[in-house]
Amino acid sequence: MAADAKLPGDPYNLVITGVGGQGNVLASRVLGNIFTQQGYRVTIGETFGASQRGGSVMSHLRISETGTWSPRMPRGRAHVIISLEPTEALRVLADYGNPEVILLCNTRPVHSIAVISGQARYPQQDQLRQWIGDLSARAWFLEATRAAMEMGNPIFANIMMIGALAAADILPVDKDSFKAAVSQIMPEDKVAANCLAFDRGGQMLLKKEPGP
Amino acid sequence: MNELTEGRPGQRLLMMGNQAIARGALEAGVSVAAGYPGTPSSEIIENLAGVAAAAGIYVEWSVNEKVAAEVAAAASFAGLRSLCVMKQNGVNVASDFLLHLAGGGTRGGMVLVPCDDPGALSSINEGESRHFARLLEIPLLEPGDFQEAKDMIKWAFELSEQIGNLVMVRSVTRLSHASGNVELGPMPDFRPKARFRHTGFILDPRQGAVSSAPVAYKHDLQQQKLEKAQDAFENALFNTYTGPENPELLVITASACNLYCREAIEILGLSDRAGLLKLATTWPLPNNLVGRYLEKTGRVLIVEEVIPFLEENIKILAAELALEIGAKTIHAKRDKTLPSVGEMHPDHVIAALAKIFDLSYEAVSADYTEKAGLCVLAGAPGRDLTFCPGCPHRASYWILHNVLALDNREGFVCGDIGCYSLGMRETGYFSLKTMHAMGSGTGLASGFGKLGPFGMDQSIVAVSGDSTFFHAVMPALVNAVHYNADITLVVFDNSGTAMTGFQPHPGLETDAMGQSAPAVDIEAVCRALGAQTTVCDPFEMDQTRDILLEKVSGKNGVQVVIMRRACALSPARRGRPEYEMYLDPQICIGENCGCNKLCTRVFKCPGLNWDDQNRCARIDEVICAGCGVCASVCPAGAITRKKRT
Ligand code: SF4
Ligand code: SF4
Repeated sequence: MAADAKLPGDPYNLVITGVGGQGNVLASRVLGNIFTQQGYRVTIGETFGASQRGGSVMSHLRISETGTWSPRMPRGRAHVIISLEPTEALRVLADYGNPEVILLCNTRPVHSIAVISGQARYPQQDQLRQWIGDLSARAWFLEATRAAMEMGNPIFANIMMIGALAAADILPVDKDSFKAAVSQIMPEDKVAANCLAFDRGGQMLLKKEPGP
Repeated sequence: MNELTEGRPGQRLLMMGNQAIARGALEAGVSVAAGYPGTPSSEIIENLAGVAAAAGIYVEWSVNEKVAAEVAAAASFAGLRSLCVMKQNGVNVASDFLLHLAGGGTRGGMVLVPCDDPGALSSINEGESRHFARLLEIPLLEPGDFQEAKDMIKWAFELSEQIGNLVMVRSVTRLSHASGNVELGPMPDFRPKARFRHTGFILDPRQGAVSSAPVAYKHDLQQQKLEKAQDAFENALFNTYTGPENPELLVITASACNLYCREAIEILGLSDRAGLLKLATTWPLPNNLVGRYLEKTGRVLIVEEVIPFLEENIKILAAELALEIGAKTIHAKRDKTLPSVGEMHPDHVIAALAKIFDLSYEAVSADYTEKAGLCVLAGAPGRDLTFCPGCPHRASYWILHNVLALDNREGFVCGDIGCYSLGMRETGYFSLKTMHAMGSGTGLASGFGKLGPFGMDQSIVAVSGDSTFFHAVMPALVNAVHYNADITLVVFDNSGTAMTGFQPHPGLETDAMGQSAPAVDIEAVCRALGAQTTVCDPFEMDQTRDILLEKVSGKNGVQVVIMRRACALSPARRGRPEYEMYLDPQICIGENCGCNKLCTRVFKCPGLNWDDQNRCARIDEVICAGCGVCASVCPAGAITRKKRT
């Protein structure tokens, strides 16, 4: 979508979720800068106390033409959810989801210690997709971590998901605005690889139909 | 480019609240900043330290919050502007000094920024610093958004100089760690020269000695300063009102709750029925201003975090003014309209407003909520916090856990504050049995260690991180040595303040600004204090277990074991796995191993997964950090490691 297009809602509410260490905060920063550079007002709320220690993490982005909104999104108000881990998508849907929400989900599971130690079971992939699909208007499932590992580092999954968001054409995000935002917060030598990850994410989405 | 110093005036940037606070201090011409790391406050000092050279300022991570306050106060006494930063618990530590400081007054502007953590997102209490403003009798400011977080810092410095006393600017997690757009202001080009003037008349506030005595005189002076601040508050532009001239309900709020209230009013479409009075100056209250708005309505809702501070002060004021403005119905925490535990949320405010205005509000259909709730129950297993893959604490607790089992006297560990506090949970094998303030583990152990004559025969272990050791463990260790308490102190030395993002501490060879600094050696300190001291590597599991067992089971005064191994996320280790790991599914005996799946069910490094189909463990190559430790955990020899070159 062109950079001067209107927001489909105001405030437009985006959630990025995942597990500590997956690069949630970086992804929200990049998106925040993309919209700030276009003149929007952006508020980001993060829960990152647990960020490196295997806990669920979540960033709320509020994008608006009018001003600063609550860094904590009210219940049921998400327009888009980007989930770096599939079970985290469920958790966010329960609090911020609604029948109109659009979902972009990385399929790679991260097992919690409850699962590792056998106290809880991790759900089957097709079951998970079914649930997530039922709770959203559109859902894309992307193997971002696998593609990122092909690029040499699983951490690129977060940037791939941003590329996928741009390709989904719901928000004014494009390659140029991405590049400008990344250059603002990353050292010069990291920009090219991140642009590559952005492109990979976009291609992955375009090859897929939404749905399980 | 570093936005913090190079951002142009008028430029609008996306800034984290803590960055905005740092920029505000720079715009105010701060010369000295000191603090102790603690979430959610750490990024303020970190950001300032990163630009110290460029901005020509001095920044330090002090050994603890009390010393940070003293370091900042010294700069103020010498006529410079200084900033002092800490999390809410830090104010408890600094309060002894602060009480004396506020009694004696300051010279160069001095601002104290405590960052509270309502909801205890990264704390083990949700105590508040606002009460300290009242206790210390100093002005309290609370920014209501990101722009104000910057602008009010500058104003606080001016106010501090105007009244000659410390000013508190309180932040909270949802401002400090949230981000929003901030328009930059100009940077100063002048910095005063430091000089402590002390040769004048002893009571001269600018040329004499600095002290809170003689108390009667100084205390009176202090209260006059507070009144001066209160006068300034009456006209402060940061106090704002939006809403109708005579609202049916007056919502009074401050801090991050301002944004929650604004959104709740908008969502319920109440903008022409409810008015929002956002206070930036919350202690002492600007009485006339608040009185004027109270007069406009009969009904009030007060929204704040966490306990009823604003509520009590407003109720006192309303009672004093009752004859003039009439009695008010005030909804807040004391009447249970809002909870007095945990964080506020826009939904709390929506619920309160809906109740007061008798509206019905449903965020999403009950049907959707129920369906989503069931999916989470069935499909989103809980995610308890865990030590990182490759974390030395997991290995240390594994050793401790085994040592206490072998010692077999129902021994226990007194915990302390840091990543290793997670030792209270599953990931640390539930080893910690007490956890309180910084340094309290060793203090409690010192006490437990004297209970032998009363029949106590359990082994007593205290743990401490390296940063915590300097912060508050040292005095407790002196106590334990002097009174010959039978305890073992295990220092988890992972080379940095890992919990809050690797801030340096006095044990390291670099300071906050990246300059080299003489390191204080924990081992040498312990020996000099008279404790038997041994240094071990937690990754050498068998050897370290034997050493620790000997220490714990012997009864001969204070023993110190320093477990030295850099944190898995430290710049030195991050992204550089030491070993390539292999798990041979043929050798793995899975459910028949140890007490059934020893590595995944009991040891629980997230780098190991249980493969249900093949009934064996496997290494998760995305998560494993290649520390090699699980090779010594597996009794069957299924896990092997090969040194990477
Ligand atoms: S080597 Fe073993 S203990 Fe170390 S991170 Fe990998 S799985 Fe965990
Ligand atoms: S400890 Fe060794 S034998 Fe036991 S389950 Fe783990 S890998 Fe298999």
